[in-house]
Amino acid sequence: MADAMADIALTLPPSRLLAGLKRGGARLWVGAALVAVLVLVAAFAPVLAPHDPLEQDLMSAQLPPAWMQGGDHAYLLGTDSLGRCVLSRLIYSARIAVAVALIAATLAALIGVALGLFAGSFGGWVDQLISRLIDVWMAFPPVLLSIVLAAVIGAGLTSVIAAIVVVDWTRFARVVRAETMVQLTRDYAAAARVIGLSRAKLLRLEVLPNLVPLLVTLLAVEMGIAILVEVILSFVGISVAGDTPTWGSMIAEGRQIVYQAPWIMALPIVCIISSVIGLNLLGDGLRLALDPVQRS
Amino acid sequence: MRWGEIIKRLVLVPPTLFGVAVIVFVLLRVVPGDPIAMMIPPGASEADITRLRALYGLDQPILQQFATWLGQVASGDLGRSISVRQGVLDLLLARLPATIELALLATVIAVVLGVLVALAGILLRGRRAEWAVDGGVGALLAIPDFLWALILLLLFGVLIPWLPISGRVDPQIDIDLRSNFYLLESLLTGRFDTASALLHHMFLPALALALPFAALVARILKASLADAEDQDYAQIARARGYSRPAILLHEVFPNALIPTVALGGVQLTLLLGGTVLVERIFSYEGIGNMAIDAVINRDFPLIQGLVLTFAVLFIALNLAVDLVVALLDPRLRHG
Amino acid sequence: MNATLTVEGLKVAIGAANVLRGVSLEVQPGEVRGLVGESGAGKSMLGRAVLGLLPANATITSGQIAFEGRDLLAMTETERRGLLGRRIALIPQDPMTSLNPVKRIGAQIGNLLRHHLGLPKRAALTRAAELLTEVAIREPERVLALYPHEISGGMRQRVLIAMAFACDPALVIADEPTTALDVTVQRQVLQLVERLRLRHGSAILFVTHDLGVVAKICRSMSVLHAGRVLEEGETADVLVRPRHAYTRALLAATPRADRPADALRPVPPALIEQLWSEAHRLDRAGEARPA
Repeated sequence: MADAMADIALTLPPSRLLAGLKRGGARLWVGAALVAVLVLVAAFAPVLAPHDPLEQDLMSAQLPPAWMQGGDHAYLLGTDSLGRCVLSRLIYSARIAVAVALIAATLAALIGVALGLFAGSFGGWVDQLISRLIDVWMAFPPVLLSIVLAAVIGAGLTSVIAAIVVVDWTRFARVVRAETMVQLTRDYAAAARVIGLSRAKLLRLEVLPNLVPLLVTLLAVEMGIAILVEVILSFVGISVAGDTPTWGSMIAEGRQIVYQAPWIMALPIVCIISSVIGLNLLGDGLRLALDPVQRS
Repeated sequence: MRWGEIIKRLVLVPPTLFGVAVIVFVLLRVVPGDPIAMMIPPGASEADITRLRALYGLDQPILQQFATWLGQVASGDLGRSISVRQGVLDLLLARLPATIELALLATVIAVVLGVLVALAGILLRGRRAEWAVDGGVGALLAIPDFLWALILLLLFGVLIPWLPISGRVDPQIDIDLRSNFYLLESLLTGRFDTASALLHHMFLPALALALPFAALVARILKASLADAEDQDYAQIARARGYSRPAILLHEVFPNALIPTVALGGVQLTLLLGGTVLVERIFSYEGIGNMAIDAVINRDFPLIQGLVLTFAVLFIALNLAVDLVVALLDPRLRHG
Repeated sequence: MNATLTVEGLKVAIGAANVLRGVSLEVQPGEVRGLVGESGAGKSMLGRAVLGLLPANATITSGQIAFEGRDLLAMTETERRGLLGRRIALIPQDPMTSLNPVKRIGAQIGNLLRHHLGLPKRAALTRAAELLTEVAIREPERVLALYPHEISGGMRQRVLIAMAFACDPALVIADEPTTALDVTVQRQVLQLVERLRLRHGSAILFVTHDLGVVAKICRSMSVLHAGRVLEEGETADVLVRPRHAYTRALLAATPRADRPADALRPVPPALIEQLWSEAHRLDRAGEARPA
């Protein structure tokens, strides 16, 4: 898919590229900005965080944010029930979120696109097999399936990623299968077959490039979903082990003391929402920017 | 979709269910982690462990275990829960009504909200306010149900403490009902104070489940309304002197309903799946909350029963949607 | 006595483009007037303007439309809705898309009768069955219980014609009602329209691109091109002694039973070109004059 993206970027003259960016509009820029903030925070967490996110200071537990009554300027966003710096924990949590988003979404996309292309271009029993597989997958609530998977595989980042990939490849496979079928019935695909392109070449040169705008959107949305699933798993207590900071575990801790210290739960929610909305907007904007046909 | 198509769907149900069963079984038996190890009290003898393994049939070959399990499931025997030490079927039957009532209430809220927003959007069509409606719907849709649950809990449970944020009923209230469908039974038997107490507890979780689904309904319905309003028959209705609200209601709405039910109905599975976390967040005693406990306790028989229950509900829901669409669309009814 | 429909100097623009450039036209009570032109001439737009069905981006920049002497454009929405469907009716172009697919034929005709004539439900259905009999539909009670997809295209068009005449309208606008039908059905539909017109005493504005249809049914006709009326008069006069070059060209391009097919000549492109540049000159003159 990266290949196909590069192809498109290369074949677009600069003026078209510019026009595309314009079409993406405000969504593209707002989305890109939010996602950039997330990525930068994750990358420079050690520099940005004022404290060690694991360092406990029971003397100053459950401090409110600095601007509120009883706040401490050393802890800008306050502390949790073990006296750990909330701001630092939020910042370090972004690392898990970004890692899960990138790896899980990309792997799910690779598997889903491959199976979708197989089903869509071979048809017959291959399609039957993959479609039935998708049917079976769709019969499970994705959240429950992720939770069960993560629990049986065992705690850790790898199991979280595996749980997301195993559950979410269908999102890509369904769309790619249907689109491939549509694309292959179009005239240009027939023309390509007439000039003797092999199936693989046809898929790579004709079908995939036309799927790119759709895939980019799906990928961005899937990254948002991956972040959410990780939040869910760590909220339930079966994500990365121990006291590694994650937004989900912060919410779970905050839920216990929500009447005494509501901000502990509120702050990670704000982080999650801005990340997910950023990714959605970026996906939407990119689709508008890349899709040469759908201009509305 | 024609009747033939529906029959085709029906035919596909058994293999899908079988696939579901295979996956549930494989998922929980082949992976590492020994449920017996969790159950044994400290100082249990080797013989005790062997006895326990035999009791749960874990000492047999895997295919045999599957065949036995499948036979039991088919006859309604879902085994015994390891952590709660009760029959899985009994546990499910006790908790399922709570989840069904929550999902129903959420669906009602979502449909009412979604239809109102879609109608507002279509009446404002072409004006600047339409843009605001679309934007609001987009925002509602981007945030998933469990985040709404957390937000609502913070806003209306903690910051402005209007509503209770945990449980299905207050522990001190004496529930004197025969079924586990507390809300339905209390409404049907006219015990409105009980119903009101139940609704107080259910409202926030139901609203959390409803908001993204309402946005989805609103978006699909509005697009379908706009599409139907541009059709010839709706334009011609204007030339017959009907007012726009009358046309929207009588001519356009029945047509827009069909794609909305078809597309939106399928997404009801999302709402149902959402109960898992939303119940957890509000400590609501349904099967979703029980599922998370079961996972944490590695209670394999219970997990299997729960996942199977959800799968059956999902498949049934999809079939029901197909049927309703076929009933709504005369072109399919007689096709 | 007032004319049934009077259009005077009607100008309609969609954005910057003019679609009607000052059209004037009269339809007398009981008259059948053909409105002829090729696609894009603005003939359907005229019908839509009378019915208040102009697309949202179209505006009437000047001119008047009067129905039985009353200014349609100055009326309130409610007044106009009282006329539409009752005194002014439409026979739409495409019978396949013009009936509501999810409502029974009986409900669609019945609602119209209840809305405009205030008939009770039962009486409305009885009347609907009579109307279907008028348009030569056999077993009307059975058809009333059917959905549009269950009857043929010709039958749907007859249902739509029945609905147009249901409230004894003074004016029926027929928007190319025969275009979507095949030739044999076309003939029946034309005869039907003629019969119902006589029975209900309506005038008809018959919008079409087909001179053959005009010759069969219309007493008078107007030739429209680029949003202007180029020629009008009694159908017999215009067809035998066309004064405008465009009308002559149209006639030469119309297939006729008494002429070999190879005698057909398309309308010369140079003539079209000339007419359009005239139209644009008219636009510029209009802009130069303060409105």
